[in-house]
Amino acid sequence: MPSENGFNPEEGFRGLKLVPRSDTAYKMKDFKSDQEVRWCPGCGDYAVLAAFQGFLPELGVPRENIVIISGIGCSSRFPYYLSTYGMHSIHGRAPAIATGLAASRPDLSVWVVTGDGDGLSIGGNHLIHALRRNVNINVLLFNNRIYGLTKGQYSPTSEPGKVTKSSPMGSLDSPFNPVSLALGAEAGFVARTVDSDRKHLTGVLRAAADHQGASFVEIYQNCPIFNDDAFEPLKDPAERDMRVLRMEHGEPLRLGGDRGIVQGEYGELTVADVAEAGEDRLVRHDAHRADPGYAFALSRLDYPAFDHVPIGVFRSVERPSYDELMAEQVTEAETVQGRGDLAALLASGDTWTVD
Amino acid sequence: MTKEVQQLDRVIIRFAGDSGDGMQLTGDRFTQETASFGNDLSTLPNFPAEIRAPAGTLPGVSSFQLHFADHDIMTPGDAPNVLVAMNPAALKANVDDVPNGAMIIVNTDEFGKRSLSKVGYAANPLEDGSLAEFKVSAVPLTSMTVKALEDFEISKKDAERAKNMFALGLLSWMYNRPTEGTLGFLKAKFANKPEIMAANLAAFQAGWNFGETTEDFAVSYEVKPAALPPGSYRNITGNLALSYGLIAGSELSGLPLFLGSYPITPASDILHELSKHKRFGVRTFQAEDEIAGVGAALGAAFGGSLGVTTTSGPGMVLKAETIGLAVMTELPLLIIDVQRGGPSTGLPTKTEQADLLMALFGRNGESPVPVLAPRSPADCFDMAIEATRIATEYRTPVIVLSDGYLANGSEPWRLPEVSELPDISVDFAAGPNGEDGAFLPYLRDPETLARPWAVPGTAGLEHRIGGIEKSDGTGNISYSPANHDLMVRSRQGKIDGIARGIAPLEVDDPGGDADVLVLGWGGTYGSIGAAVRRVRRAGGRVAQAHLRHLNPFPENLGEVLRGYDRVLVPEINLGQLALLLRGRFLVDVISYTKVRGLPFKAEELAAVVQEVIDRAE
Repeated sequence: MPSENGFNPEEGFRGLKLVPRSDTAYKMKDFKSDQEVRWCPGCGDYAVLAAFQGFLPELGVPRENIVIISGIGCSSRFPYYLSTYGMHSIHGRAPAIATGLAASRPDLSVWVVTGDGDGLSIGGNHLIHALRRNVNINVLLFNNRIYGLTKGQYSPTSEPGKVTKSSPMGSLDSPFNPVSLALGAEAGFVARTVDSDRKHLTGVLRAAADHQGASFVEIYQNCPIFNDDAFEPLKDPAERDMRVLRMEHGEPLRLGGDRGIVQGEYGELTVADVAEAGEDRLVRHDAHRADPGYAFALSRLDYPAFDHVPIGVFRSVERPSYDELMAEQVTEAETVQGRGDLAALLASGDTWTVD
Repeated sequence: MTKEVQQLDRVIIRFAGDSGDGMQLTGDRFTQETASFGNDLSTLPNFPAEIRAPAGTLPGVSSFQLHFADHDIMTPGDAPNVLVAMNPAALKANVDDVPNGAMIIVNTDEFGKRSLSKVGYAANPLEDGSLAEFKVSAVPLTSMTVKALEDFEISKKDAERAKNMFALGLLSWMYNRPTEGTLGFLKAKFANKPEIMAANLAAFQAGWNFGETTEDFAVSYEVKPAALPPGSYRNITGNLALSYGLIAGSELSGLPLFLGSYPITPASDILHELSKHKRFGVRTFQAEDEIAGVGAALGAAFGGSLGVTTTSGPGMVLKAETIGLAVMTELPLLIIDVQRGGPSTGLPTKTEQADLLMALFGRNGESPVPVLAPRSPADCFDMAIEATRIATEYRTPVIVLSDGYLANGSEPWRLPEVSELPDISVDFAAGPNGEDGAFLPYLRDPETLARPWAVPGTAGLEHRIGGIEKSDGTGNISYSPANHDLMVRSRQGKIDGIARGIAPLEVDDPGGDADVLVLGWGGTYGSIGAAVRRVRRAGGRVAQAHLRHLNPFPENLGEVLRGYDRVLVPEINLGQLALLLRGRFLVDVISYTKVRGLPFKAEELAAVVQEVIDRAE
């Protein structure tokens, strides 16, 4: 995955081009804080945390230039367990807070940790706007399809008809598809991974860090207490190869041994028998397509539920990031007009003198 | 013909017309002429919330009042000496404010049957004698403008639109205003439209010439420059002064300014203004909503910027949760609330000071926040710097309560010397402050109780903050009962301690023998001051004091309150400061309130003050 994005360890991650490099050879333990990790036994968050702590040394930037911002929810406890700078903020607002930080400090590597409730319910507005602005932040959305911290109500990604404490007769809501939503919000980088596949998860984190601008990563994460085994069909060794569509840039999209993805009459993507459709018709994955329509079509392969679920990078398209453009305007103003002078500003109107 | 020039000590002019008639521009230009002439002045723009209400209707009337004088004045004036009414709607909406004997200049071209009936005039008020008590000058402003511009290659519509410049020219003649500023302004404004520029210049000149030649106006007036303290002056609105104050706060503190804001009347002009000043390193962020505006500002503050958000009442409501987070994380943050009529959407373009209790208490939990309120348009500059000082020194969000009247109103401002502005430079935490090289993000300064401000990028000080209760010192999550009690009291103690660094409340009591004190806060300073002067001129004894620090109060406030038999508290709300004073000091203040979307009239307040004096005797 890193290579497909052109990631070059010598030059560092492109998303960190304005962040100072570090000579310190960090280890995973350097990113563990002294706080006791307090998630429920068996929570998928442990695996994500371990993968993240294991990945951070790869960034090659000083620990003090990394900031984790979260909202409210189980996943949002993340910052406390990392020895970087961090803010555990308020429900849904992490993308807004991170936007202000990243826009004013392009020298930081800023990560937003959020969940399906935090990021898609109360904070949905901030999430979509941060993505469209292309602020240089990495958004990790832990999707467990349930409200964990408030003890088990349905979430905006819960399946229709979900029976929970607040929906005893079944939820009436249609769920969001977070990947479709992010693509609709003009996100330049959109990926999905799974808590239980550390190697894949780390690869996606690497690709996200390499993307300059907003990157959005949906992480399927198991909540053993309120929604256990929600993603079991994707983890069951007997079935997973038939269901998990691993997207690799430049490679044909294959599902198991004998099925693959072909394009339909209206541009939609469908699953076909390779022998029937012919090898030539298989769609070759291109994460760099400027038009988001293809990535969107990929995201719709999620239906029917869990029959075939794409994981990997849906879309990775470069465009200037918000913080970079903002800094450019400041520099341009200072260059063209000269650095501001307070006394001159105060006297800039029609003035008169009283002797 | 040489016309008589009469000396006046002060004049109040109100320009009124349709929203599309350019009355705000006309008023603003007349104000600039007046300012450059050296009069003291005060202005009151008053316009509808609608961008263009139906033409010729009462809701579409826009007005601009200017009070100027040869001495120092405090308000835009109660009642106009001259009303310029560009149409029947403008006449009808404003004539009740005009005292008998005052001058009304009307644009007769607009007094046709349809226009009259549109606002419910059965007969033409110019003909039915209903204006007999006034000195009415009936001037066909539109047709004279069109006639003056007949040689220009512009449309009739464009010619008609220049009628406000004709009116401005006429009034400029009448009051002997210097015209260079307006001529220069028109040349710059229409630099890309030479025909329109020439037409507007000609219309202005025609209006001036009309005044000089017509026998309708036998007298012109002169108001001598005011004897203001020596210095360099400019006219300034509250919103502009606030913007400059924020830039000054940034320069003086050495912190780059980051504004996160969402457009809202009457605060948007601060966003507009600051977005022009990127050469000062200013970053302005137009957010997706009010919550994101303050959230981004707080994020920037975490990163070491001077984080600012600007809004009005409805936006304050949305920002409450993030302000609470700023209280908990103890980060500097400036929240500017340009108050307007409420509740809900309320009166977007009208003034009010009813957000005081919200500013103090509108958050969950014990959530103390310093609250400041400028008292005049120019004072907005000083209070923005003061807010910056308090926020950065004490590591706390600070709320500044301006209002619609201060925001759009203007007054002459003596330019401060930059070298005289306070040094509010900030020291970020640079190294460990605990044992064994540990960093304790909630170890408080014994003097101010402020915690260290350690910004990301500083090696060795990595730490986590957030909205959950912090453990004293370490800042780690803590649910300990004793710790929570300590932290609640520490946060309160920190804010209370700010009082030690602010000047005692000054009382203006010239004779030192007044029994009655009038105490106000924020934008009512001018009205109260003018009322107090009236009472004193009539022989009354009264003291005046004005609060600019609403939380914490100046340390001597209780003593001041108890030093008078009666304390009158006028407010443009239903008695919010009065409630605080009674609650905190057990002093039974007399609350006087009006919520009309307009500032107090000095005459009205003077009567109230007099009544309280009379009752006390």
